Amino acid sequence: MDVNEVLLPGVGMRYEFVNHEGDRMGVVARRSGDFELMVYESVDPDEARLVFRLTGEEADALAEILGAPRIAERFADLAKEVPGLSAGQVEVRAGGPFVDRPLGETRARTRTGASIVAVVRGGEVIASPGPGQVLSAGDVLVVIGTHDGIAAVEQIIQADR
Amino acid sequence: MKVSVALLLELGVILAALSLLGALARRFALSPIPLYLLAGLALGEGGIAPVPAAGPFVETGAGIGVVLLLLVLGLEFTVPEFTVSLRRHLPSAAVDLVLNAAPGAVVGWLLDLDAAGILALAGVTYISSSGIIARLLSDLGRLGNRETPAVLSVLVLEDFAMAAYLPLLAVVAAGGTWRQALLGVLLALGAVLAAFAVSYWWGHHLGRVLLRLRPDAEQLLLRVLGVTLIVAALAEAVHISAAVGAFIVGLALTGEAADRARQVLSPLRDLFAAVFFLAIGLSVRPETLLPVLPVALLLGVVTALTKVAAGWYAARREGVGRRGRLRAGTALIARGEFSLVMIGLVGVRQDRLGALVSAYVLLIAVAGPVVTRFAGTRPALRAEAARKGDTRVAAEQGQGSGTAG
Repeated sequence: MDVNEVLLPGVGMRYEFVNHEGDRMGVVARRSGDFELMVYESVDPDEARLVFRLTGEEADALAEILGAPRIAERFADLAKEVPGLSAGQVEVRAGGPFVDRPLGETRARTRTGASIVAVVRGGEVIASPGPGQVLSAGDVLVVIGTHDGIAAVEQIIQADR
Repeated sequence: MKVSVALLLELGVILAALSLLGALARRFALSPIPLYLLAGLALGEGGIAPVPAAGPFVETGAGIGVVLLLLVLGLEFTVPEFTVSLRRHLPSAAVDLVLNAAPGAVVGWLLDLDAAGILALAGVTYISSSGIIARLLSDLGRLGNRETPAVLSVLVLEDFAMAAYLPLLAVVAAGGTWRQALLGVLLALGAVLAAFAVSYWWGHHLGRVLLRLRPDAEQLLLRVLGVTLIVAALAEAVHISAAVGAFIVGLALTGEAADRARQVLSPLRDLFAAVFFLAIGLSVRPETLLPVLPVALLLGVVTALTKVAAGWYAARREGVGRRGRLRAGTALIARGEFSLVMIGLVGVRQDRLGALVSAYVLLIAVAGPVVTRFAGTRPALRAEAARKGDTRVAAEQGQGSGTAG
């Protein structure tokens, strides 16, 4: 799905996309932390119909219902506080070397210095997973470390078997 | 320390009256600026109640109000937003400038004003009120509309143009030569670009210095306000206007520092900006208002049409349809706080000019939002927007009654 980003100077950012049914939708993320959701109707494609407004807190709740990607974003915010540190997501692909293997076997931290701070599985988040945590295909690992470290973890996890 | 009973009482009554007026304006989804102006006109010399004790405070506060208005404007500015706007809408900004400064200049010339008067009037009709319009677009639920980025971009570029224009006006108003004026403009633009550079490359360091030792709100307020007033004073001393100095400080701050500064400064800005609008109203004698009313009305109609044309052009560049272009154009009509800043800068010593601009802003700050509310919107949608507005206001105020729709 293509998400079109439009800058709204002084207000924030607007994200637009078309869903599988052909409805055009927009989400305005305001600088104040509030959100607005809208749909575009065919009569005047330039005009949006405001569906609802959300406070930052309500948007968090909605995002949690819809899925976990926001969690990785929050880690990214956290990582921004420390210069040089960033957060990344690494998917455990089916057929990869560590599918159904415990996390400890990757020896990711020893080899790269980057830490796997969470495993996102479906809508669930396994926070601070131990070395015994068994990975499965489709898991998304939230990794915090340097850019190189995150890239190295990706290479390890997604290496050919 | 002796507390002046008269001062406290007068000020208290004035602020209480302003709060009532502000609540009234919000109820009808209008900007409170014209009402503050009216309150100023009603008070003072020749008005219903003279305020001798509060006068000096209002005068001092007005200067701080201008500084705070521009500081917060600068805090809202970011370099990426400016460059994106510049890239996409430089022609729109040029069209906007030519179409909207011209009517003011021509009327100033016809009224036989001096150079400063003509220049000021051109600025007054040029600059839309980004405060009124940003709020209006949000209230009308238009942030999702295709034409909205064009409108916001034009506003950003107007605000930036003001940084070049204010020093020009300041020097000309002070009776300086054109060469001094040019120097002032170059100095101001240089300072603004320097502030941009600082903000872009060293903004985080600056923020860290400002947020050192995790200041509480009080500390942060004092730090930012102190620095701003010093820079504003320096700017005034080299004739590029205190307002531009404050704007530069605002530009230089970015990220978390800017967000937090905006949070602590906004209430202060609201207070002193209200005092500033009041001061403009106070400095105009009410009986001078009536003779200039026809001119103000004519200027209002003409500059409403020229703004519609400018907005139409900007929206067309974004590939927006006719209805959207009309919405964009009418949204830009409202002038407000910055038109008054300009008139504050030349001083209302020019009696006719002060009266004309007050009348003009009164008319257009009310008419602009009303016109755009009914322009280019499908009837069913309008009802919907009104309903949404209702529930939101009701939720905020904890009472369920209708606002104007």
